[in-house]
Amino acid sequence: MNAKAFLFVFAVAFLPFLASAQGFAGLGQSSDGFALPDPDTRFSFPDDHGPHPNFRIEWWYVTANLRDKDGVDYGVQWTLFRNAMTPSGTDADQIWMGHAAVSGPDGHYFDERFSRGGSGTAGVSSEPFEAFIDEWVMTGSDPNNVRLHAQGSDFSYDLSLQASNEFVPQGANGFSAKSHEGLASHYYSQPFYKISGTVILPSGEISVTGRGWLDREWSSQPLSPTQTGWDWISLHLDGGDKMMGYRLRDETGPAYTVGTWISRDGTPTPFVPGELTMTPIEWASVADRDVPVGWRVTLPKRDLAIQVEAIYPQSWMSTAVPYWEGPVSFDGTHKGIGYLEMTGYE
Amino acid sequence: MTAAALHALLSHWRRKPFQLVTLVLGLALATALWAGVQAINAEARKSYDDAANVLGGSQVIVDSAGAQIAPDAYATLRRNGWKVSPIVDGWVAGSEGRVRLLGIDPLTLSPGTPTRGALEDIELTDFLGSQGRILTSPATATRLENFGARVQKVEGLAPGLALVDLSGAAALLEQSGYDRLELDPEQPLSQTPLKEIAPSLIIKAPDSAGDLARLTDSFHLNLTAFGLLSFAVGLFIVNGAVGLAFEQRRPVFRTLRALGVPARNLVFLLVVELLILALIAGAIGVVLGYFIAAFLLPDVAATLRGLYGATIDGALTLSPLWWLSGLAIAILGTALAALTHLVQVARLKPLAAAQPRAWALASESVMRMQLIVATLCLATSLFAGLVGGGLVGGFVLLAGLLLTAALALPTALSIILRGAERLSRGVLSEWFWADTRQQLPGLSLALMALLLALAANIGVGTMVGSFRLTFTGWLDQRLASELYVTAESEAEVTDLIAFLEPRTDAILPIWHTDAEVLGAPAEIYGIVDHPTYRENWPLLSALPNVWDRIAIGEGALINEQLGRREDIAPGDVIAMPGGWETEVLGVYSDYGNPMGQVILPTSTLTTRYSDIDRTDFGLRVSRGNVDAVRTSLTEDFGLPAENIIDQASIKSFSIDVFDRTFAVSAALNVLTLAVAGFAILTSLLTIAAMRLPQLAPIWALGIPRHILARAELIRALILAAVTFVLAVPVGLLLAWVLLAVINVEAFGWRLPMHFFPADWAWLALLSLLAAGLASLWPARRLATRPPADLIRVFSHER
Repeated sequence: MNAKAFLFVFAVAFLPFLASAQGFAGLGQSSDGFALPDPDTRFSFPDDHGPHPNFRIEWWYVTANLRDKDGVDYGVQWTLFRNAMTPSGTDADQIWMGHAAVSGPDGHYFDERFSRGGSGTAGVSSEPFEAFIDEWVMTGSDPNNVRLHAQGSDFSYDLSLQASNEFVPQGANGFSAKSHEGLASHYYSQPFYKISGTVILPSGEISVTGRGWLDREWSSQPLSPTQTGWDWISLHLDGGDKMMGYRLRDETGPAYTVGTWISRDGTPTPFVPGELTMTPIEWASVADRDVPVGWRVTLPKRDLAIQVEAIYPQSWMSTAVPYWEGPVSFDGTHKGIGYLEMTGYE
Repeated sequence: MTAAALHALLSHWRRKPFQLVTLVLGLALATALWAGVQAINAEARKSYDDAANVLGGSQVIVDSAGAQIAPDAYATLRRNGWKVSPIVDGWVAGSEGRVRLLGIDPLTLSPGTPTRGALEDIELTDFLGSQGRILTSPATATRLENFGARVQKVEGLAPGLALVDLSGAAALLEQSGYDRLELDPEQPLSQTPLKEIAPSLIIKAPDSAGDLARLTDSFHLNLTAFGLLSFAVGLFIVNGAVGLAFEQRRPVFRTLRALGVPARNLVFLLVVELLILALIAGAIGVVLGYFIAAFLLPDVAATLRGLYGATIDGALTLSPLWWLSGLAIAILGTALAALTHLVQVARLKPLAAAQPRAWALASESVMRMQLIVATLCLATSLFAGLVGGGLVGGFVLLAGLLLTAALALPTALSIILRGAERLSRGVLSEWFWADTRQQLPGLSLALMALLLALAANIGVGTMVGSFRLTFTGWLDQRLASELYVTAESEAEVTDLIAFLEPRTDAILPIWHTDAEVLGAPAEIYGIVDHPTYRENWPLLSALPNVWDRIAIGEGALINEQLGRREDIAPGDVIAMPGGWETEVLGVYSDYGNPMGQVILPTSTLTTRYSDIDRTDFGLRVSRGNVDAVRTSLTEDFGLPAENIIDQASIKSFSIDVFDRTFAVSAALNVLTLAVAGFAILTSLLTIAAMRLPQLAPIWALGIPRHILARAELIRALILAAVTFVLAVPVGLLLAWVLLAVINVEAFGWRLPMHFFPADWAWLALLSLLAAGLASLWPARRLATRPPADLIRVFSHER
C-alpha cells in the first residue's frame, strides 16, 4: 500500500489552511536531497520501527476489524504520518499528522491532529516502542505488543494489540515498487494482530474484540504526476491467510495493480503487476461525491473471485486531505473481513 | 366570489399604475435605506469580531503569575488531551514604528479561527520556520520594510498586526516561552485536569473582544438612527399611498359589501393584497439596500479606519437572516401604515355614501391629539436624556425631540396660516389661506417628513461643521513642530540627534508606550520642557504653573477622553500602570483619538517604563529652513523620505480622514431629503386628485385654471418655506444634542457649536426646489385639465 505516499504528500500540500488545490504537479519533484529506497536494504528491527528522517515521508498505520458481543462490526483506524520539509533530518523540519477514526452502525467518527517536530507533541521511538501525537499513542515493548489509544470530541478507543508472527516484508524483501517507472518505498506489515479493548461512542462504551493490521512504510518519492488516486484493500481470509492489494489509477493509461498474498504462517508472495484485478461494481454517494463501495476482486492464480462490500459506506474522512477508509466484508470463493482505503475521489 | 372580489380590488392598481408605483417605491425606499444601513453595521461588526478573534477571541490558558509558558508545559498539556495552540505575543520594531507581532502555530490553531483564515492562501512551507514569512495587512506592510521580502501582504488582517510562525516570533523576540495557549473550542472526550499537570496555569475567559465594538458602537448607533429616520420618512410615503388607494376604492368596498362580501373577508383580501405588495416592495428594497450598502461601504470603511483604526472587509457578505429581516421590516412598515385604513374598512357600513370622504377632515381634535402625544414624547425624551443618560439616552432624547417637533408641526402651521389669513386682503387671498389650512391634514404627514429630513440635515450639518472647525483649529495648535521624523531604528537615534542639533531650533522627542490605564488601552507619551508646548498645547483646564510642574516631574497631563471617562479633573490623582500614582495637572483636547492618553515628562516615562518606542521626534525649524533640513536629512543623513513628514502634510491627511469620516453622513442626508421630497410629491398628487370638487366651484366663479394652478404651486412653496423656517430651530437643537450629549458619550469630547447660515440657505433653496418640483406636475395637470372635468364635478354632486 505504498500508494499512501500520495496521502501524505497531499497532506503537506494541503495542510489545514491550504485549501487551494495545487493538483499533482508538485509531487514528482520533491525527492531532491532525500534518501531513496534501495532494493538491497534489509529491515533491521527494532531500529526500523522508529523514524527514518532522511526519507521524506513515513507512516505507522493501523486498521482493525472489531466486533462487539452482539456481532456488530466496528472499524478502527489509527495513523501517524511523518513528513520532512527538508532533507536535514532535524526534528524541527518534521511535520507530524495523526488520523483516527471509528466506523460503526451509528456513523463514522474521526479526528485529525497536527504537530511540529521538536515540540515534544509527536514522535516515534523504537525501543521500547512508542508512536504518539498528543494523547494518541501506540505504545508497548515492541510493535507486536501495544496499547492503541486515540480520541476526538465524540469518540475514543483503547485497545490492546498482540501478534506473535514476524513482521511481513512487502514487495521484494520490503522494497515495494510503485509503478513501471520504478518509484518505490520500504514497506512491511503486521497483519496478524489479535485485538481486545473498548470503544467509546456517543451511544456508550462498547467492549470489542477482533483483528488488526499494521503497515509501516517510508519513501521519498511521490507517485507519478498522472496517478489520480488509489484503491487499497487488506483482507483477513477466513482460513487465516491474508491478502493486500492496491490499484493505482492513472489518468493516462491502465491502473497499476499489485499486492501480496500472505499465507497463515506469514510467508509473503508478491503479485506481478496485473495479476490481481480490482473492479468497482457498486457506487455510493458519500460526502457529495460518488465513491465505489463494492468491488469485484479476482486473483486467478489462487482461484480467488470475491465481492468486497463496504460495511459502512459512509466511512468518509473529512480531513485536510479527504479520503474513504472503512471496514469491508467479502464473499465469493473466499470469505472474510478487511479494510478498504480509497483516495483521489475529490 | 373571493376570486371575483380580489379581482375587483386589484383592478384598481391596473387603472392607477402610478399609485402602485408610488406605494411600491415608497416602501422599497424605506426598506432599502434601513436594510442598507443594517448590512453595513453587520459587516462592520463581523470585521471587529474577526479582528478581536485574531487577538484572542477564544478562551486562553495563561500562567497565573503572568510568566511565560515553557514549551515543555505546552507539550505536557497536549499529551494529556488538551487541544491548545501556543501564541507568542510581542512588539517588533518596524522601519516606521512598532508593530504588534503574533507568533502562531498554524499546525495546532483551531480550524475555525479567523487567523487561520488569514493563512488561507499562504504556502505552509513559506510560513513555517524561524525565517518564515511575516504576514500583515497591506497598510501595515509599509511599516515593516526593514524585513524586506519576508513581509507578505494579506488582505483583511487587522491593522498594526503582524503574523509570523511561532519559531519566527521566538527568534525575533528572543524568547523561548509562550505568552498564552489558545484553547480549541472542541476538546477531546477525556483530559487530565489542568491542576494535576500544570498547577500554575489557569484558563482565562476571552479578552474583552469588544474593544473595537465598544469604540465604534456610537458610530453604528448613529448609522442605525439614520436608517430608522429614513425608514420613518419612507413610511410617510407608504401611508399616503395606502391611504389614497383605500379612499379611492371606497365605492368598490361599498359595492362589494353590498353584494354580500363579509367585512372579514374584505379585510382579509386587503391584507393579502398588502402582504403581496409588501413582499414585492420589500424584495426590491432589500436589493436596493444591498446596492446602497455596497456603495457606502468603502466610505464607512474609511471612516472606521480613520476614526478608530478598525479595519472592516471591503466586501459584503449577507446572511439569509438579513434578507428576511429586510422583508419583515417592509411588512411591518406596511402594517403600520395601513392599520388605521384597515380598521376603517372593517367598520365601513355597506350603505354609507359612496362619495370619497374628503381626505381626513381638518379637525381640531386630531391636532389636539397630536399635541398631547408630542408633549408625551417631549417628556419621555427629556427624561431619557437628563435622567437616563448614556449614549442610548442621548439618542432617545434626539428621537423624542424630533418626534415632538414633527407632531407639533401641523398645529404650528395651522396657527401661522390662521395669522396669515387674518392679515390677508381680498377674497382670493383669503380663500387661498383658508384653503391651504384646510389641506393641512392631507399634507401634514409629508410636511412632517420634510421637517424631519431638514432638521436632521441642519443638525448633522451643524455638528459636522462645528467639529471640523474645532478640529482644524485644534490641529493648528497641536501640530506646532514644522517637521516630524522617525528614526529607522533606536540605534540610529543618537546619530540622528547629533545630525539635527546644529540644523534645527529644537528637537522634541515624541516617545511613547502603549499600556492599560485604568483598565482600558491607552497611550503614554513623554515630552520635554519646551516653549512649543507651553505656547501651543491645547489645554482645556489646568492647575496653575502646569508646565513648570510638569517639567520637574510633579504630575501628568491627560486627554479629555480619559478625563471624562474616568471623571478625573486637574488636581486628582491617577493610578498608572506599573503600580504608581501621579497627580493630574491638566486636561487637553485630543479630537479623533479613540483612546485615553497620558503625557509625562520624558524622564519619568523612561524611568517608569522599559518598552518605549523612542524613534519619533518633532523638529522646530524656522519657516524658511524646512526644505533645507528635509533635504539634508534624506541626502546627507540618509533617512528615507517617508520617515519625514511636514506639518502641512499631517494636517491635510488628518482633515482628509475627517472629511471621509463624515462622507457617509452627507450621503445619508441627501438620501433622506430625497425621500422627503418624494413624500411631498405623493401627498400632493393624492390631494390633487381629490381636490377637483373643491376647485370646481372656484373655477365656476371665474378664476381661470392657470391662476388656480399657480396658487397650488405657491401653496406648496409657502408650506415648504414655513416648514423650513420651523426646521431651523429644531435642527439647531438637534445639533446641540449631538455636540453636547452624543459626542461626549460616544467619543469623550465636547465641542463648541458654530452656525453655518450659508448651509441653511442652500438647504432652504433645496427644500423649495423639492416642493416646487413636486407640485409642478399636479399644478400643470390642473392648468391643462379639460373644463369638462371640472363641470362634471357638479353633475356628480349628489
